Amino acid sequence: MTNQTCLNTSPKVSDEIRKTTCYMCACRCGIDVHLKEGKVAYIEGNRDHPVNKGVLCAKGSAGIMQVNAPSRLRAPLKRVGPRGSGKFEEISWEEALEIAEGLLRPIRDQNPEKLAFFTGRDQSQSFTSLWAQDFGTPNYAAHGGFCSVNMATAGIYTIGGSFWEFGQPDWENTKIFIIFGVAEDHDSNPIKIGLSRLKERGSKIIAVNPIRTGYNAIADEWIAITPGTDGQFILALIHEILKAGKIDLDYLSRYTNAPVLLNAETGLLLRDKDGKELVVDKESGDLHPFDRKGIYPDLAGEHLESGMLHRTVFHSLVDQYLSPEFSADVVSESTGISAGKIRAIASELAKVAFEETIELPHSWTDFRGEEHTKIIGRPVSFHAMRGISAHSNGFQTCRALHVLQILLGSVEVPGGFRLKPPYPKPSTIHPKPHFKVSPGSPLDGPHLGFVHGPDDLALKSDGTPARIDKAFTWENPMSAHGLMHMVISNAYHGDPYKIDTLFFYMANMSWNSSMNTRGVLKMLTDVDRNGKYVIPNIIYSDAYSSEMVAYADLILPDTTYLERYDCISLLDRPISEADAIADAIRWPVIKPDRDVRGFQSVLCELGGRLELPNFINEDGTQRYTDYADYIVNHVRKPGIGPLAGFRGTGTSAGRGDVNPRQMDQYIENGGFFVEKIPFGANYYKPWNMGYQEWAVKMGLYDSPKPYLFQLYLEPLRKFQRAAEGYGDRQPPEHLRKRIKSTMAPIPIWYPPFEGEHVDPAEYPLHALTQRPMAMYHSWGGQNAWLRQIHGTNPLYVSSTQMKKHDLVQGDWVKLSSAHGSIVVPIAEMSALNEDTVWTWNAIGKRKGTWALDVDSPETTKGFLLNHLISELLPQKGDGYRWMNSDPITGQAAWFDLRVKIEKTELQKMDDTSFEIIESPVGKGPDNLSWKVGK
Amino acid sequence: MTMLPKKTERKLGLVIDLDTCVGCHACVISCKGWNTENYGAPLSDERPYGADPTGTFLNRVHSYEVKIDGKESQLFHFPKSCLHCEDAPCVTVCPTGASYKRVEDGIVLVNEKDCIGCGLCAWACPYGARELDAAEGVMKKCTLCVDRIYNENLPEEDRVPACVRTCPSGARHFGDFSDPESQVSKISRERNGFDLMPEQATKPVNKYLPPRPKDTMKEVDVLAPFLAPVADEPEGFMAWLDKKLDKL
Repeated sequence: MTNQTCLNTSPKVSDEIRKTTCYMCACRCGIDVHLKEGKVAYIEGNRDHPVNKGVLCAKGSAGIMQVNAPSRLRAPLKRVGPRGSGKFEEISWEEALEIAEGLLRPIRDQNPEKLAFFTGRDQSQSFTSLWAQDFGTPNYAAHGGFCSVNMATAGIYTIGGSFWEFGQPDWENTKIFIIFGVAEDHDSNPIKIGLSRLKERGSKIIAVNPIRTGYNAIADEWIAITPGTDGQFILALIHEILKAGKIDLDYLSRYTNAPVLLNAETGLLLRDKDGKELVVDKESGDLHPFDRKGIYPDLAGEHLESGMLHRTVFHSLVDQYLSPEFSADVVSESTGISAGKIRAIASELAKVAFEETIELPHSWTDFRGEEHTKIIGRPVSFHAMRGISAHSNGFQTCRALHVLQILLGSVEVPGGFRLKPPYPKPSTIHPKPHFKVSPGSPLDGPHLGFVHGPDDLALKSDGTPARIDKAFTWENPMSAHGLMHMVISNAYHGDPYKIDTLFFYMANMSWNSSMNTRGVLKMLTDVDRNGKYVIPNIIYSDAYSSEMVAYADLILPDTTYLERYDCISLLDRPISEADAIADAIRWPVIKPDRDVRGFQSVLCELGGRLELPNFINEDGTQRYTDYADYIVNHVRKPGIGPLAGFRGTGTSAGRGDVNPRQMDQYIENGGFFVEKIPFGANYYKPWNMGYQEWAVKMGLYDSPKPYLFQLYLEPLRKFQRAAEGYGDRQPPEHLRKRIKSTMAPIPIWYPPFEGEHVDPAEYPLHALTQRPMAMYHSWGGQNAWLRQIHGTNPLYVSSTQMKKHDLVQGDWVKLSSAHGSIVVPIAEMSALNEDTVWTWNAIGKRKGTWALDVDSPETTKGFLLNHLISELLPQKGDGYRWMNSDPITGQAAWFDLRVKIEKTELQKMDDTSFEIIESPVGKGPDNLSWKVGK
Repeated sequence: MTMLPKKTERKLGLVIDLDTCVGCHACVISCKGWNTENYGAPLSDERPYGADPTGTFLNRVHSYEVKIDGKESQLFHFPKSCLHCEDAPCVTVCPTGASYKRVEDGIVLVNEKDCIGCGLCAWACPYGARELDAAEGVMKKCTLCVDRIYNENLPEEDRVPACVRTCPSGARHFGDFSDPESQVSKISRERNGFDLMPEQATKPVNKYLPPRPKDTMKEVDVLAPFLAPVADEPEGFMAWLDKKLDKL
């Protein structure tokens, strides 16, 4: 029989499409949310959106399971059992806000530094930081310190922007693309779209990663580098291209500080009386400030003064890198890459950059007034993330990669790496750290910023740290994102001082967002002699029943991302493109069915109650009714607000008065605003007056800010000088040596610190984590669809190690570091650096959390490497406990971890120290058949 | 026994590019989202928040590692869904006529009203592309989004399967293989698209594009063409720079 059934092939798709911004990870794609009868029926990518251009990843499509997740908190909670028990009672918002106000008001009146307010995967930092600044505490940061601050700061100090989401390869023109240390990260969908464009055009993709998954799996070439040696590899590439002279001398002369003169005695840059760096003009041989009209800076310039010969940065750089210690032959063994392969890659870079040059016929004028008729492109590009940055040598490694890009003349050019507005922006126009506390008053300025020498450190008059996380101190002077991973430990130890209240938002600090998880749990629950908690009060806001909820005293339940307003602001973490400026909003496409409120709206109300200046009207009443009111009506400076689009009468972009209809216009426009950079202004942005003037018009700068790329980073030299004994502000004795050796102004490589503190013979393996593409940190584990893809996370062990330890698939091993050990299931993987083990990040859950059954695989087989990593390095007998962080920025050195594995007969995890938490939301249903339409 | 049509008017199907698939599972979840809400019964999940969660999926991505002697190992991502075979054994084995291949476009579908959930078709399919929904007791499979591709309520550009519309790495293409000039026919010809398990004689419509060769970069000795040293014996900056500038 045949049965050609008659089908309705045009069923109704939905009642309505509402366009908003995804929040299933930090990528911030545009989404079309299809609604039926007011419920979410389907989510797909927004074709018009600048970030994802219609595509959407697994997380994005699974948003529907995040919005219906049984783990959603339902109402404000007050702790009624001991911390960690999960015993809560639901309370009203009025009671919750009264409790919060009761805790916070006396702190603000008497000693604002007793509040530590840290936010996690927050996308509203320009708002939360304003609130914290108004409150007056110096103790505010987001999660960058344990995330990727090395990448951000190295980029901003060096090129005025960074990889991450602040720039992108020129996907349409690049011919060779090298990607370092990226599993899944910012930007997620744009990288996938870009890789497919490279594949279409036949561009070469080289992956540098100990693990060959995801993007690395589709690369043409795989470099299975030894973790922590990326800097050595990059400097060897520099050595090889430099030796062959394959560098862009014209680019270096014009756009970088290569021709700037260095004081031969101090190592500081020679400057004129206005503080401008000095160069020698090639034509006249005269000394001029770098931006003097008509000059051509001489890379070989010299200046004799008082018997001392001052030479250029370039001179020092070439001398340093021509040394044989940087050669491919020397670094081959430690990096695990053959010298021939290193040279092959250097050769390929040289060939593409200088033999396959692109020329675009754009007319443009540079900042010295010279007119150009073309733009020259070097079609080599790079991207890098956590794999190179989450090491104790990460800052120098990230800087080394930018120096390689600069030497090739491949930044801000066709085919190279391009920055996205509001970047490029020199580090010198970012704020400096502010930390001056006055009870009852706001802080003296923004908390976070860029230091340019010892004078900018956040130290009290007695030299002790001003901030609870010891950011901007001698231990980590350039910690531009703070050190969230040190807050609980420092608060517990009262070092540098005790605090009263910890206030966290969206940060799972009692689980996957802390090093030394067991230790942190003890710190959160430990009591003093009077039976009071050592950390007296903890307020937490989250949308879900995460591990951290159980450790707070007061829970302010947040909404899901489809139930809230947000702005993806240029004042914060932008979503622009290299050719366009863009920002976006979220709006409540559905209404919450629970007694929950957007955290930012709650801060508006708390700010009103506490009478924070930006949050009250002149008559003392609450200024912003909710976050949407703030987004539209807040004025950061005249004409500039959180959103750049539809200002004034609704047609102004960048600068313009408050427009009461702005939010509506964003919604009408699909949830975002985008405007192209004028043709010809879109390359060479730091030096292109067309761009500079456009950026001023858009409100990105107040006046043109052309600047030089910093091959030589003078602030580092200033810290070295202090360590050498110069200046009034002096580091503690025990830090002098480390500051001198690590803060080199021209990038260097040094071995990751953990190797100095533990015996590599005892702990011979490197241990890493990667983000799965279909899961974003802990949030994904509660998602009924995504957890079927990543419900467990075996430890992947190389074939070589499997053989060595007599292991077979299905075995379990005892995995130990100098800090601790755990028993975990393993799986064999061959496309893996043979001395590396790894697992997926943050799959493991604690029993009783996220509304999962207590026997769910996330709790019985899922595990965290966090248990093996301490915020402090093991003692080495010098009387100090050194932080497990980068010594320059304080970035948590997650990937320095060294381990050993031993076969074990135990076939289960030892979880006796993690009791079951009582779930404040019960557990999810046993069956799910999700269909909202009839 | 159910009969297959002698010939279909068109041959709609997918080209899946194994060279660019990064294994992100976007297609898996987009498919789950569209098809739980649309064609037939929802795609249910058993123990969605418990031990051993098991749901119905019409498309899954598997990853395989390949060891090659003397070369680096490689990892491939392999998305798998119904291949809409011309000689579909899942149709001919169906005792009720619920499984059928459409005459107009060759899509293999299950008419859920007539499906008794016997599972014979899943047993007959050599690709494991059919899943019995535990809640509804009916067989579920890829419909090639038959309720999208002709759907007049969707803008024309969206009339493609959900997995194709969402794929971030451009690894999925949809079209008519009966037209030799269609994009899918051309790309399949140019890139040596192949049939999955041709020995099964099912004549799958969907084609896979093989991964391009990897790790082909040759090691380079000291005298690489583009790395000839500026100076034979570099003696510091000035010697290097003089020689470099001479060459400009």
